[in-house]
Amino acid sequence: MFIADQERLSGEIVALAGRYGRDRSALLPILQTVQSRYHHISDYAMQEVASLLNIHPVEVYSVVTFYAFLKARRQGQFVIRLCRTISCDMQGKERVARQLENELGVKFGQTTADGKFTLEWANCLGMCDQGPALLVNDQVFSKVTAEKVHDILEACRRSFSVYASQKEGH
Amino acid sequence: MSALKGPILFGDFMPEAGLARALAMTRGDVISEVRASGLKGRGGAGFLTGMKWNIAAAAQGNRKFVVCNADEGEPGTFKDRVLLASYPDLVFEGMTIAGYAIGAGSGIMYLRGEYGYLLPGLEETLNARRRGRLLGEAVSGKKDFSFDIEIRLGSGAYVCGEETALIESLEGHRGEPRNRPPFPVNTGYLGCPTIVNNVETLALAARVMSEGAEWFKKIGTGKSTGSKLFSVSGDCERPGVYELPMGITIAQLLKEVGGEEAKAVQVGGASGHCVPAAQFSRALAFEDIPTGGSVIVFGKERDMLLAAKNFMEFFAEESCGQCTPCRYGTKVLLEGIEKLESGKCSMTYLKELLALGETMQLASKCGLGQSAPNAFISIAANFKDEVLGRERCFEGRGQ
Repeated sequence: MFIADQERLSGEIVALAGRYGRDRSALLPILQTVQSRYHHISDYAMQEVASLLNIHPVEVYSVVTFYAFLKARRQGQFVIRLCRTISCDMQGKERVARQLENELGVKFGQTTADGKFTLEWANCLGMCDQGPALLVNDQVFSKVTAEKVHDILEACRRSFSVYASQKEGH
Repeated sequence: MSALKGPILFGDFMPEAGLARALAMTRGDVISEVRASGLKGRGGAGFLTGMKWNIAAAAQGNRKFVVCNADEGEPGTFKDRVLLASYPDLVFEGMTIAGYAIGAGSGIMYLRGEYGYLLPGLEETLNARRRGRLLGEAVSGKKDFSFDIEIRLGSGAYVCGEETALIESLEGHRGEPRNRPPFPVNTGYLGCPTIVNNVETLALAARVMSEGAEWFKKIGTGKSTGSKLFSVSGDCERPGVYELPMGITIAQLLKEVGGEEAKAVQVGGASGHCVPAAQFSRALAFEDIPTGGSVIVFGKERDMLLAAKNFMEFFAEESCGQCTPCRYGTKVLLEGIEKLESGKCSMTYLKELLALGETMQLASKCGLGQSAPNAFISIAANFKDEVLGRERCFEGRGQ
């Protein structure tokens, strides 16, 4: 990481500590914000948070590795979490899963080479009456079919790809 | 989805009537009213709400907290999502009443990370309540009562639905359950007396305060008063959230949702029990089958062993890893289920697995490990012909 980037990250973490406080109970809100802005929590970020909250960096690492939504390894700009729990399973999540893999060219647990998409399993998303369900970052999609997968991904791509928006005109 | 209608929560009522009536009473009388209603915790454990409030009210502490457990992660449960999306004011009203009753100044809603999309709407509701003086200094003009609510997000850990793990998480730690006692009512968030109540419980408490304990007790059974929200999914015509009186039988519920053809129903989610058709006359109530409200319907064609496998995969993944019976037991049971699936499990070994399940029920530290084997044990007991002697196949896929 360049020094300028590190300084910017440090500044943001100081600002977050200003907002959430420097008690240990501020740890998760700070980490959640870093995760959503940087798509991961780097070693450097963990050390900065630790020194601000006056705890050992290993304490921060132990928290990051405990929670499914916090990651030490960089994730894609869009994290897709497909529910694999019983009701979504019974409503055909397997086909949706295969189609997601086909469209993205990665397996579950992997990130696309361009760093745009991460594909993950999730445990019960609480959309059991409208499965199969998936989350794209914070947004929930229900009654997803293999066919709908493409549209969901295209909507994501439209936010960064000129090509995708041109194709839309056909 | 079903249209929302029901006797207590999904009905017509005066907003904030419960809070107004509570604030006109003494704290002790509010707790007595909730006790008299017989309201029990709707997260599944069924502890008497009034008793919990009473202990916290009596506990010594400069600061006290009301925590709303909105970490709804039990497979097949989504009633709190519906409640938070459709009746957020009622839930916050219940939290405020609880705060008044126990003498707390702060409320925290622990909202599961998966429901992050509900956060903007909930924050807006809180702001509107602050503007309407329903939160903040001197709530509704009551001089000696100040109360505010903040929302904290979870980060994708099922175990944080356990109240002590939830508190650990609020304090910035790994969500590992604590030993109990001490209970949160004495030593909770930041060491202060804390009540942790389910979303539905708090909403019901607000309705109890508005209509009175006697009215509430008219619905439900003697030991399970009031109504219950059921999250119904799986093989039925009308999945969704239903508000029905406590004590309704499984058969009645299945008729309501169009699932009469079911061969089994999983009550209480992954941590609950699998009930075969022969027992559909049993009642959903604390005295018969207690439940947090998850009802998953299995049609005739469903392979029950694969259901047991899905549940066990869930627990193996979500075990916090702190205690051995749960961390290791869930893995061994999952391997056992895979053995059964591929038709390579002897009756002797199945008995060993069931004995391990009992050990986990007895020796695990928290409710997660204690209930992890339930689904497997009840499926193995009720569906022996589906579980044993399956056709051998490659890759462990029993299709």
